[in-house]
Amino acid sequence: MKHLLSTQDLSARNALRLLDVAEEMAAVGEREIKKLPALRGRTVVNLFFEDSTRTRISFEAAAKRLSADVINFAAKGSSVSKGESLKDTAQTLEAMSADAVVIRHPASGAPARLAASGWIDAAVVNAGDGTHEHPTQALLDAFTLRRHWAQVGGTASAGTDLTGMKVLIVGDVLHSRVARSNVWLLTTLGAEVLLAGPPTLLPVGVGAWPCTVFYNLDDALAERPDAVMMLRLQAERMNAAFFPSTREYSRRWGFDDGRLALLDTLGLDDTVIMHPGPMNRGLEISSAAADSPRSTVLAQVRNGVSVRMATLYLLLAGDPHDDTHDQHDDLTVLIPEGRTP
Amino acid sequence: MTVPTPESGPHKRVVLAEADIDRALTRIAHEILEANKGSRDLVLLGIPRRGFPLAQRLAQKIAAVDPAVDPDLITGQLDVTMYRDDLRRHPTRSPLATQLPPSGIDDKVVVLVDDVLYSGRTVRAALDALADLGRPRTVRLAVLVDRGHRELPIRADHVGKNLPTSSRERVRVHLAEIDLIGGSAVNEVVIEDRV
Repeated sequence: MKHLLSTQDLSARNALRLLDVAEEMAAVGEREIKKLPALRGRTVVNLFFEDSTRTRISFEAAAKRLSADVINFAAKGSSVSKGESLKDTAQTLEAMSADAVVIRHPASGAPARLAASGWIDAAVVNAGDGTHEHPTQALLDAFTLRRHWAQVGGTASAGTDLTGMKVLIVGDVLHSRVARSNVWLLTTLGAEVLLAGPPTLLPVGVGAWPCTVFYNLDDALAERPDAVMMLRLQAERMNAAFFPSTREYSRRWGFDDGRLALLDTLGLDDTVIMHPGPMNRGLEISSAAADSPRSTVLAQVRNGVSVRMATLYLLLAGDPHDDTHDQHDDLTVLIPEGRTP
Repeated sequence: MTVPTPESGPHKRVVLAEADIDRALTRIAHEILEANKGSRDLVLLGIPRRGFPLAQRLAQKIAAVDPAVDPDLITGQLDVTMYRDDLRRHPTRSPLATQLPPSGIDDKVVVLVDDVLYSGRTVRAALDALADLGRPRTVRLAVLVDRGHRELPIRADHVGKNLPTSSRERVRVHLAEIDLIGGSAVNEVVIEDRV
């Protein structure tokens, strides 16, 4: 792995390896000294062209726990607002010898462009590009789901995948990079994915995705999903009338108190409610649902740091020029698969 | 001693057989108890992968001498991957689990257990890893084989066998808990010529 750009080209083996490494990183997060020296002397740049709180601080915490130096770059207040291009920004970072660039950009494909252009030698991590992908969010969702699934099955989570799990993703799929990344990753890991949302907020070509689409949330809940992932209504990307009113959206597509009670009525005792955050309480999710014991919102944030530590570790710790099998047989080594674009 | 056949690959000779390994571990277990004047505060931490089964075997032997000891409660695993100084020289390695005994390691007598002591770099990494996990009273080192060629000022307290080797040779330890060779679990230490 040289870059992490999307979950669509992530093999099941690489995804599982990343989740297994994240398990060990999570164990570090429970220690008194939450620090590892693995990335000492490496520089990670957080290049954020779009607002973000949790993703940026999550990446920052992850890099710092691995002892990397972190440079935060926000487009606001930088030369980007003076009109600097992505290329010039990238070359500036290259001149400052960044080892990894974590990029969030409003344009779909900007991280891929950065990785393939040759402007910069650093590893590129996609932290959300337009309406395309947000791979580390999907990985932390998969990590959370895997731990839940293992707990339900009474097994240890390391090494297992999501076979047999049914995950329902609800809401604004059209604008959601989280939904796209999750559809690819969860299917790769063996889960069955269901989508539910108003037809106006489902993308063209959704029929070709490896999932079942529902146009009624209660019908979808009757399919007895093991997890319900509520998406944020992305008002900032909505430049057209996608639904009549937020009140109607909330009634038809929101996870409200009635639907929370419906889970109990259906006997779905082990079904969890997920949300990538930030939540619009009262719109796509009610406060009772967000704060219920079924909610994994805070676990997702916690797992985000572990998953991002694993990502940075796997991208940066090893020899970047040596893809051969390791000679030292005392340690479990998997051959990195060539995914360099 | 087997005569190498052409299809057996690199030249290979067995230097410790199953009974030799068992005798060496029995002696080390007694040495540990003697040096510690009993089993008080003892914690055995195996370095993955083969140090861990060796630590378990040592704990069994210690428990056989001192019935007050529960072998599971004094054994743990210490992964040192993230603390290695050669991470950049190899493809990325996946870290393995670190599991400490429930009593922790603070103010304990920690015996690090590994299969082969060579450059000493793994032990250096283990000492760093240990410092992030707690503050033991004493740290000792027990190895099944010491093959020399130290690159750091590190010495083992308990050695199963001193094995003078050439750095062109490779010492392999096979333990039944981990290693299946030709479908059967084996316990042996072999020296191979590096290909």
